[in-house]
Amino acid sequence: MTAIRVRELRKSYGSHEAVRGIDFEIESGEVFGLLGPNGAGKTTTVEILEGYRRRSGGEVEVLGEDPEKAGVAFRERVGVVLQSSSLYPALTAREHLRVFAGYYARSRDVDEVIALVGLAEKADAKVRTLSGGQKRRLDLGLALVGDPDLIFLDEPTTGFDPAARRNAWETVRGLRRLGKTILLTTHYLDEAEQLADRVAVLREGQIVTVGRPSELTGGQVETEIRYRRNGEVVVLRTGEPTRVLHELTAEAVAAGRELDGLEVRRPTLEDVYLQLTGGDAE
Amino acid sequence: MTLFLHELRTEQLLFWRNREAAIFTFLLPIVFFLMFGAIYGNDRIEHRYRGAAYLEAGMIGYGVAATAFAGLAITLVIRRESGILKRVRSTPLPPGVYIAAVLGSTLIVFAVQAVLIVVLGKLLFGVGFPDLPGSLILALLLGAATFAALGLAITAAVRSAEGSSAVINIVYLPMAIISGTFFSPHSYPGFLRGIADVLPLTYFTQLARAIMLDGKPIWSQPGAVGAVAAWGIVGVLAALRGFRWQPREG
Repeated sequence: MTAIRVRELRKSYGSHEAVRGIDFEIESGEVFGLLGPNGAGKTTTVEILEGYRRRSGGEVEVLGEDPEKAGVAFRERVGVVLQSSSLYPALTAREHLRVFAGYYARSRDVDEVIALVGLAEKADAKVRTLSGGQKRRLDLGLALVGDPDLIFLDEPTTGFDPAARRNAWETVRGLRRLGKTILLTTHYLDEAEQLADRVAVLREGQIVTVGRPSELTGGQVETEIRYRRNGEVVVLRTGEPTRVLHELTAEAVAAGRELDGLEVRRPTLEDVYLQLTGGDAE
Repeated sequence: MTLFLHELRTEQLLFWRNREAAIFTFLLPIVFFLMFGAIYGNDRIEHRYRGAAYLEAGMIGYGVAATAFAGLAITLVIRRESGILKRVRSTPLPPGVYIAAVLGSTLIVFAVQAVLIVVLGKLLFGVGFPDLPGSLILALLLGAATFAALGLAITAAVRSAEGSSAVINIVYLPMAIISGTFFSPHSYPGFLRGIADVLPLTYFTQLARAIMLDGKPIWSQPGAVGAVAAWGIVGVLAALRGFRWQPREG
């Protein structure tokens, strides 16, 4: 079953085209990553799918509905974490969850959600005393308390320290195991690689590639072969690493030379990403 | 209805938990009543009224501006700019129910405040309880509705959470003084009275004083009722056009 279907989606702000005709589909139960640098159109795309912004063109279907016209039934099934946490400083985490649980016809147990997002120790502390990462986790908890089928996470771990990120990733994996569909935006490659079943790389409002993280790093980008000759580093980039390496080593063996510092490197997702988004890989 | 009550409870919790807002909108009019009551409570105002009784009606007017206009507007701007309104819109809570609960909660705060002012007036300054409670309640409801509509409307003119207190105080504090909630406007210079003549709080305060001091029923004051209601309609129309749920950017 398809949870999200996007066709030829466009969004302009005045003369600026933030999203320029993108297509993708997300299956139920899938974790889909929208990856790209700031300003690539990730948040615009997600907020159109959440029903916050009106599209300028194209078709969008989320859980079988047009999010622009969707009502209460749609909101019951969707959980949203916005890019920045928005909470009441004077309420505790538990009070927040009780308040939001009350908005849903069918909600999860508040204590269960507190445990799920790892806030048991801070459940009765006022939000103004929580750290940035703890607020973010509470924000995630608020998105989960209505037991949604589909969850939007807009840069869920921006500003986290490494340990907090790993915890957040564990939580997302837990949601995936529960069969939730998740649309995640991030500009962290390792996050996309760790969490997403499939990734779409966005650049200047267009999708430059879609696929499994492992597919993105295979094939499309050249393998790098490095070695030193007379103290200088030689770098070869090739689409035929087997042949090039064979020639290189055969030549060296025939000449009785050693290829100092020989290194064969498959591109990382980071290399692919930088190549695709026009950044500099070196 | 369950959703409304749930949100009303939430709003009450939020209001009383947020001490700055509670002091500024709830306590300040009461403090001013006690202060100015001590200063001129026993003076004669406009040769007819006892100072404390005159001030009591004025402070109810100041109170409606503080709670329904200033307090409501500042709270909603802060919630809008911090993304809370946007966040709430992602839930199944209908926006109309949310606004209704916010307004209902404001009305509760104002009602408690007005009752406290009347009771303190009786206990401390010996001002009698109002003779026409029905007219007074109707007038207070009209005032709360008008100033709440204006409060919703002015949120559109405030761009940032940081600026919300400043912008709204600059509108409402001079309005409260010019409208004669603290002092009798009869002694004001002509240009201030000219400004006072267009302000809604002037007419609300006149209405409150006619009911509380002169014992005139609300229907005997069509001019003041009409002026307050007209401002309310302006507020509703402006709020419908300009009220936003999302922060300016992001």
